[in-house]
Amino acid sequence: MTPEQPYRELGLADDEYARIRDILGRAPTDTELAMYSVMWSEHCSYKSSKVHLRYFGETTTEAMRRRMLAGIGENAGVVEVGDGWAVTFKIESHNHPSYVEPYQGAATGVGGIVRDIMAMGARPIAVLDSLRFGPADAPDTARVLPGVVAGIGGYGNCLGLPNIGGEVAFDPSYAGNPLVNALCVGVLRVDDLHRAHASGAGNKIVLFGARTGRDGIGGVSVLASESFTANSGDHSAGRKKLPSVQVGDPFAEKVLIECCLELFAAGLVVGIQDLGGAGLACATSELASAGDGGMQVELDAVPLRASGMTPAEILCSESQERMCAVVRPSDVDAFLAVCAKWEVTATVIGEVTEGDLLVIRHHGDTVVDAPPRTVAHEGPVYHRPVQRPSTQNALQSSTPDTLARPSTLDSIRATVLRMAASPGLCSRAWVTDQYDRYVRGGTVLAQPSDAGVVRIDESTQRGVAVATDCNGRYCALDPYAGTQLALAEAYRNVAVTGATPLAVTNCLNFGAPTDPGVMWQFEQAVRGLADGCAALGIPVTGGNVSFYNQTGDTAILPTPVIGVLGVIDDVRRRIPTGLGSVGDEVWLLGETRDEFGGSEWAHEVHGHLGGRPPAVDLAREQAIAQVLAAASHEGLVSAAHDLSDGGLAQALVEACLLSNVGAQLELPANLDPFTALFSESSARLLLGMSRAHAPRVAQL
Amino acid sequence: MISCRIGVITFPGTLDDVDAARAVRCAGAEPVGLWHADDDLHGVDAVIVPGGFSYGDYLRAGAIAAHQPVLRAVRDAAGRGMPVLGICNGFQILCEAGLLPGALVRNSGLHFVCRDQRLRVESNATAWTGRYAAGAEIVVPLKSIEGRYVADAATLAMLEADGRVVFRYAGANPNGALNDIAGIASADGGVVGLMPHPEHAIDALTGPSSDGLDVFRSAVDAVVGAVRAPSVSSWR
Repeated sequence: MTPEQPYRELGLADDEYARIRDILGRAPTDTELAMYSVMWSEHCSYKSSKVHLRYFGETTTEAMRRRMLAGIGENAGVVEVGDGWAVTFKIESHNHPSYVEPYQGAATGVGGIVRDIMAMGARPIAVLDSLRFGPADAPDTARVLPGVVAGIGGYGNCLGLPNIGGEVAFDPSYAGNPLVNALCVGVLRVDDLHRAHASGAGNKIVLFGARTGRDGIGGVSVLASESFTANSGDHSAGRKKLPSVQVGDPFAEKVLIECCLELFAAGLVVGIQDLGGAGLACATSELASAGDGGMQVELDAVPLRASGMTPAEILCSESQERMCAVVRPSDVDAFLAVCAKWEVTATVIGEVTEGDLLVIRHHGDTVVDAPPRTVAHEGPVYHRPVQRPSTQNALQSSTPDTLARPSTLDSIRATVLRMAASPGLCSRAWVTDQYDRYVRGGTVLAQPSDAGVVRIDESTQRGVAVATDCNGRYCALDPYAGTQLALAEAYRNVAVTGATPLAVTNCLNFGAPTDPGVMWQFEQAVRGLADGCAALGIPVTGGNVSFYNQTGDTAILPTPVIGVLGVIDDVRRRIPTGLGSVGDEVWLLGETRDEFGGSEWAHEVHGHLGGRPPAVDLAREQAIAQVLAAASHEGLVSAAHDLSDGGLAQALVEACLLSNVGAQLELPANLDPFTALFSESSARLLLGMSRAHAPRVAQL
Repeated sequence: MISCRIGVITFPGTLDDVDAARAVRCAGAEPVGLWHADDDLHGVDAVIVPGGFSYGDYLRAGAIAAHQPVLRAVRDAAGRGMPVLGICNGFQILCEAGLLPGALVRNSGLHFVCRDQRLRVESNATAWTGRYAAGAEIVVPLKSIEGRYVADAATLAMLEADGRVVFRYAGANPNGALNDIAGIASADGGVVGLMPHPEHAIDALTGPSSDGLDVFRSAVDAVVGAVRAPSVSSWR
């Protein structure tokens, strides 16, 4: 019997440790123990979510798969968008680091998702950010929000990627656990798709990019797989974990992007993987696991930035701006020459071997000798208890129907102004004016438009549209319907630009998976999203799960952020959000009902959360998307803006302010003015058009 | 037809080189990529130092780029009268290289500012503004965190007296730049630096306007005009 190993301190459960001993037929070395512990963490292994995420695959039909070149399980999903172009996109959380150290946490969140996109062989072309904070006037929000925004700007602006959209939301549940979800879009030729795998015995493993240091060691296992403790008032837990947050160097990443693209173009890459959570431990085990052989790695060859690092530290370091490639021996010199041109450090650290073992050596000792699949893909799978919370009925029966509503002209006027100025609805320019939306010269629409639109081909004017959405209050009231509403809103936001929605990504932010109520929310959200995608006929191509978003026993609002990607074959046909010329007609499409459960009005005016969210109508969402696509093709509409938080009143405020025009309208006769203006019924939008086109639009 | 070749320099960390090259093409000239480590300008007729964060803006914005081999060649060429344009980081680099006076420091609001900026073209007597009417107002994106132009009082007075303030912010000053200065020129009008990005305003589809295109067309005019009248040694 070997002496007791510190597996519990590394976050491994008793049975998990026992399984590692079973797999290896012996006690793991210290390095193996560290490697398994980070790779079997919730963040890397999806051990609590796996059984639920399978539902995405089960509900994706062949027809939905038609445009999909890579899906769940790859670094990022890839869809074909026509003319030989493919687009890859993914959204990922960096919540916990952004609470501990807002600037670096958010900055490295951008850096990580950009490398995921590069690992598909794509050129990153745009980013979006979905942000959630505690109340706007909470003291800690004044620390977290400016830091997060400066971090996203500081890193993203320096990479030369336009920031084209996203969200900012506030709720007390995020006060001790802000959400920073970063989305990146990349573009590639269909033929150039690179997958993360290490094949061909004798091929070399090249580590390139920044040197490896002690920063971020155990970041994923320590930060993202554990809740912050309850006393968030003094941040004692946060402070203690400070050294685990990585530090970003956007200049190194920018150079790495250009270096990677030149390597791809020269055909020098067999397989590639980014180094993110769990660093080299993750990259080597995933590459080897996905390939056809084993792998041997010499840790002595890894360029270090600190002395005296242990093999476990080298493997688990989350130093940023690093990539790992599989290269044919005959291409190694050319590969290193490209890296030298961009002044990127590159080192051969190992090779693909016959057999099926991952062997890692340090100072002549074998420190890891394990089957890579057991590290990367055969981690524990949990069937966590799932239980609808006993409080859910009370929440749903506490309807907003009894809340006092404004009825006089003056009080409605005051409500319009109050809502437009509220933290939930006011202009996001303070945030978005800190992001470069122009770089690369392809941005056709950006915030505050409903979706960002970027041109991907100057010769054909083909472009893509992307939007992210989620209303956590709707999801709290009904996680199944709430997630479908998030999907519907992102879908509609893409459709109002004239683009055709094609694919879905998601970042599922929830509380602790050990809480059966949280797991119920999670299961409902996954089912709602998968069923919704099946109804709309567009696939989920990838995503990210972030658990343990809670302070003490209090979880955040369930926040499944949904990203939808669409294609527009000619960006000159895009439909702007702001109303067009004076004299244009303004139409409201869709049906308005008395729906205030989870609404911005109930939250802002009454601090109320209860009842049911607005009804979902995916068939109508699809019909609306078809009308918009046709209107865009025929050039019939001058503006389109989706109705969501704050209802018709807010949509009008936004569409008018964008174009510096006013609007005069007649409210539906069958509704009281308050309901008509502030209800958040889904599947609705505003259309602006010249009078001449109105008859044709009516036909559609 | 006389062709015009305009070099666009790429340093590690340069971002807007593709945009500058696109603007050159739209202006009817041929863009030529120039690499920072190469001190040969490959026979170009004019040079653009584009925006970005060369060398991460570490040390000081533009400070490292100003010492690269290509800048030696640019300095020599500018001395012979070649039109040189520095945009944003390129303006910072030209100041660091001593081709233009003054410096760019942190915005007075301390934040990065990305906005559609109104500018007044104060001088059309440069290689890069000949197409504009003096006093014209244009809208061009501004996107920078170290965009606040500063210089000592004597330099400012000299720039103003000599008509070397080429662009001035119209409306509210976005970054605290002294005298609302957005761009300046060398004494002979061949070298121009500005913080806003005319290359992002060549097409109303992707920019706020197409007001920036005439910057690049002006350079083509200047180059073609100089070929036709080789005795002209100054743009003024």
